[in-house]
Amino acid sequence: MTEETRAIQVQQEQRPAVRESRSRRVFAPAVDIVETNDEILVLADMPGVRQEDLEVVLEKNVLTIRGTVQMPHMQEYDLEYAEYEGGDYERIFTLADDIDRDHIEAEMKHGVLHLRLPKAGPARIRRIPVKTG
Amino acid sequence: MLEPLFPWREMRRMEREMDRMQREMERMFDTFFPRRRRWMEVEFPPLNIWTNNDQAVVTAELPGIKPEELELSVNNDTLILRGKRVANDLPEGARYQRRERFQGEFARSLQLPFAIDADKVEAHYENGVLTITLPRAEADKPKRIAVHAAESNGKEG
Repeated sequence: MTEETRAIQVQQEQRPAVRESRSRRVFAPAVDIVETNDEILVLADMPGVRQEDLEVVLEKNVLTIRGTVQMPHMQEYDLEYAEYEGGDYERIFTLADDIDRDHIEAEMKHGVLHLRLPKAGPARIRRIPVKTG
Repeated sequence: MLEPLFPWREMRRMEREMDRMQREMERMFDTFFPRRRRWMEVEFPPLNIWTNNDQAVVTAELPGIKPEELELSVNNDTLILRGKRVANDLPEGARYQRRERFQGEFARSLQLPFAIDADKVEAHYENGVLTITLPRAEADKPKRIAVHAAESNGKEG
């Protein structure tokens, strides 16, 4: 069987400026995923993430959500007790449906990502503009 | 050396030993890098407490809450945080594919290392994080006690 010749497309993914520290821990946010006949709605708990620190990427049917957290400066204090730890968020999903890439909406509201993915035609690589609130 | 009579027993013993070692490793790892409990956490919301001599700062991860639905109260050295997180309204015919986010009522009670001046407590909610500043009550602050030197000859006055 002859090998299929494929044009290799170089995807230049534009990432935001290098993250301030690569040693920070990355956590998977808790999510609710709701589906209707027309759309998929993803709600993700990402406390501490501002709208401008949110990144949503849909590549083919792989959805990645990322958020960076600005940690409070507490130099004058001692940490007495801790139930959570600072870090960033990342979670990757594979979507079963094709999504209408032109009408995706992503918005942070009180530390919760509201992501609306309308269902539609064939998938292509595409970066989702994040709505500024 | 004796062969173990029941090789599977020996294997189980080794497995148990491995498990124990693994747990020990995890425990050590957790000591140095505490693992963040995520949506499996038993208590909502997760809290951090910071203190110095003058005040305490409590931070809580409370995404998606209406600040007016939070109830904070302070009694001496205890802070009580209550509230409710309700599910978002869903469109007609919507169905959950996944449901991990906390929902419902919560109440947390925290004892701080000192008494609080309840009138000066401030709370601030931003990006789903609640920050409560709790100044220490004046009466609770340590008083500096002057030590008077004895007479120079060392005899008791």
